Amino acid sequence: MNIHEYQAKELFEKFGVATPKGQVAESPEEAKAAAADLGSQIVVKAQVHAGGRGKGTFKNGFQGGVHLVNSADEAAGVAGKMIGETLVTHQTGEEGKQVNKVMVADAVDIEKEYYLAILMDRESRSPVIVASTEGGVNIEEVAEQTPEKIFREVIHPLLGLQPYEIRNLASGLGLSGDTAKQFGKLLKGVFKLFMSCDCSMVEINPLVTTPDGQVLALDAKFDFDDNALYRHSDIEALHDPTEEDPREVEAAKYDLNYIGLDGNIACLVNGAGLAMATMDIIKQSGGEPANFLDVGGGATQEQVRNAFKIILGDPNVKGILVNIFGGIMDCDVIAKGIVAACGEVDLSIPLVVRLEGNNVEAGKETLAGSDVDLIAADTLADAAQKAVAAIS
Amino acid sequence: MAILVDENTKILVQGITGSFGGRHAQLSLDYGTKLVAGVTPGKGGQTFADTVPIFDTVKDAVGETGATVSAIFVPPPFAGDAILEAVDAGVDLVVAITEGIPVMDMMRVRAAMKDSDTRLIGPNCPGVVTPGRGENSQGGCRIGIAPGYIHKRGKVGVVSRSGTLTYEAVYQLTSLGLGQSTCVGIGGDPINGTSHIDVLKMFNKDPETEAIIMIGEIGGTAEEEAAVWAKENCDKPIAGFIAGATAPPGRRMGHAGAIVSGGKGTAEAKIAAMRDAGIEVADNPSDMGEALVRAMG
Repeated sequence: MNIHEYQAKELFEKFGVATPKGQVAESPEEAKAAAADLGSQIVVKAQVHAGGRGKGTFKNGFQGGVHLVNSADEAAGVAGKMIGETLVTHQTGEEGKQVNKVMVADAVDIEKEYYLAILMDRESRSPVIVASTEGGVNIEEVAEQTPEKIFREVIHPLLGLQPYEIRNLASGLGLSGDTAKQFGKLLKGVFKLFMSCDCSMVEINPLVTTPDGQVLALDAKFDFDDNALYRHSDIEALHDPTEEDPREVEAAKYDLNYIGLDGNIACLVNGAGLAMATMDIIKQSGGEPANFLDVGGGATQEQVRNAFKIILGDPNVKGILVNIFGGIMDCDVIAKGIVAACGEVDLSIPLVVRLEGNNVEAGKETLAGSDVDLIAADTLADAAQKAVAAIS
Repeated sequence: MAILVDENTKILVQGITGSFGGRHAQLSLDYGTKLVAGVTPGKGGQTFADTVPIFDTVKDAVGETGATVSAIFVPPPFAGDAILEAVDAGVDLVVAITEGIPVMDMMRVRAAMKDSDTRLIGPNCPGVVTPGRGENSQGGCRIGIAPGYIHKRGKVGVVSRSGTLTYEAVYQLTSLGLGQSTCVGIGGDPINGTSHIDVLKMFNKDPETEAIIMIGEIGGTAEEEAAVWAKENCDKPIAGFIAGATAPPGRRMGHAGAIVSGGKGTAEAKIAAMRDAGIEVADNPSDMGEALVRAMG
């Protein structure tokens, strides 16, 4: 789960991590009031999850989702051109994202930019802190071209962040004196936030020093462990469904694992590994998968029915492939779900079904006894070829 | 022989009174597995299926029944604690079936298990099956949620991160007349107890296992490490498959561990490493059984 910049700032404040002064606004009036509390150089930023805001374009023609202004009135004017409008960046796709809020903050005088991140590292099974003297740029490129400018500390899972680890990183970044001290305070706050909020990543890019000696987190990206959200209702509340594919929001309601893709053959599969493999084999057979959909090992008839409705709601879908290996999953449950869903929607596209495993005979009988028009397949390869052939 | 467990292994189930745990405990009993105890705090003294005693603690269950393996079906918020309880009770093997345990919890559990002799498999895994020699492989040791009847006792070791893909591979093998020594699902989470490489080492040492199928998916570098190890050390033919070649980067594909990020963990890199190690990689999931036949020459 991702969050907005203004929400990240609020979280940072809660954990004593220094950020530029500012606040969020939902209207030009609020933006004006927020700007009145700030200095003479103010930045107004559109709040969407996508990157590339500064170089983006609004559908109303207004250029740029990040603007520098010099007065509260100007801030209100810029906010008025952003709020309620749709911003298109290289990450949003053509349809863009509607901007509902803007951040109004002090434009910081930057001395130097750094990079700082904490992530859960699967190899060391520990949190790892990554810092670099090269901030504000793509860190993967830095890692590739100048690895000596990247500093890593693997943190003990049970002991947590140690003072010497902070000193190592400060020294790597070339910080000393009061700046190093401020960096240490900031890092301790970020680490505490990372651990206590079950983050899988916190990335501050850039972290900056200012001519007056401050160390500030200027922009941040968060990723939280979805499995741990049950114990963080405050973080779950930050979830903004308007930032997600509506099909995925709908699927989540029914506890279905769904990811929308760009192809035209929808698939419905039980198990994440088999669902991925089904996408792969569709592509190999010359088709393009429209989605990843894992109905889970213990799906109910109701879930299957809803899964079917979600994939049929995608206008790009030209054919459907159902691939079930009913280990424990009863094939007849899937069959009944398909029949129920087809009874509610007018199925006008080809449906290929491959059922195997537990109670498969009953499942095949259910399908054969219904008036659902389907193409039966025996193996996964057979199913994929039939699905591709059916739509071409 | 087989690895990890055999027909005589005594197992207990933590969370046996839950609907999921209970259903699969019953299926294991039906399969002929020596399920000797259940554990549910507060329900000690009751019995499961009229025959299996339920205890309040794993310590009591182990002390009374001599169980050496615990299968964990406890809900995610309590699963980390359940694993540590089983480790503290001194079982040889913990198989954590539970899906959805927070990564931080697994990180702490793994750190706490550092000096322990107990092996953890999972979490978020289908479990372990050493097929029996009866009809439909009855009489074997089934721990977890795999369908017992698709198995057949034999000489192929199976190790996989995915549940349904394991069943698919086992089913193909059995259909080809090739039985399995042991099938191990190591789970789809980013931090787990046992890796591909750990299981390959066990299969390599097991006299009953003559060939191996290794099934992986995108995310992490465990398959690459296993391939490098196998190239130098494994004496037995290996076939493999990697799921997720078409998955978009940055998206978590169902399993918490199945994500391509920062250009790492791609199917391409894994398949290349496996081919470099002489592993016969199946082109598609329908081809896993045949790939093993080719690997065996």
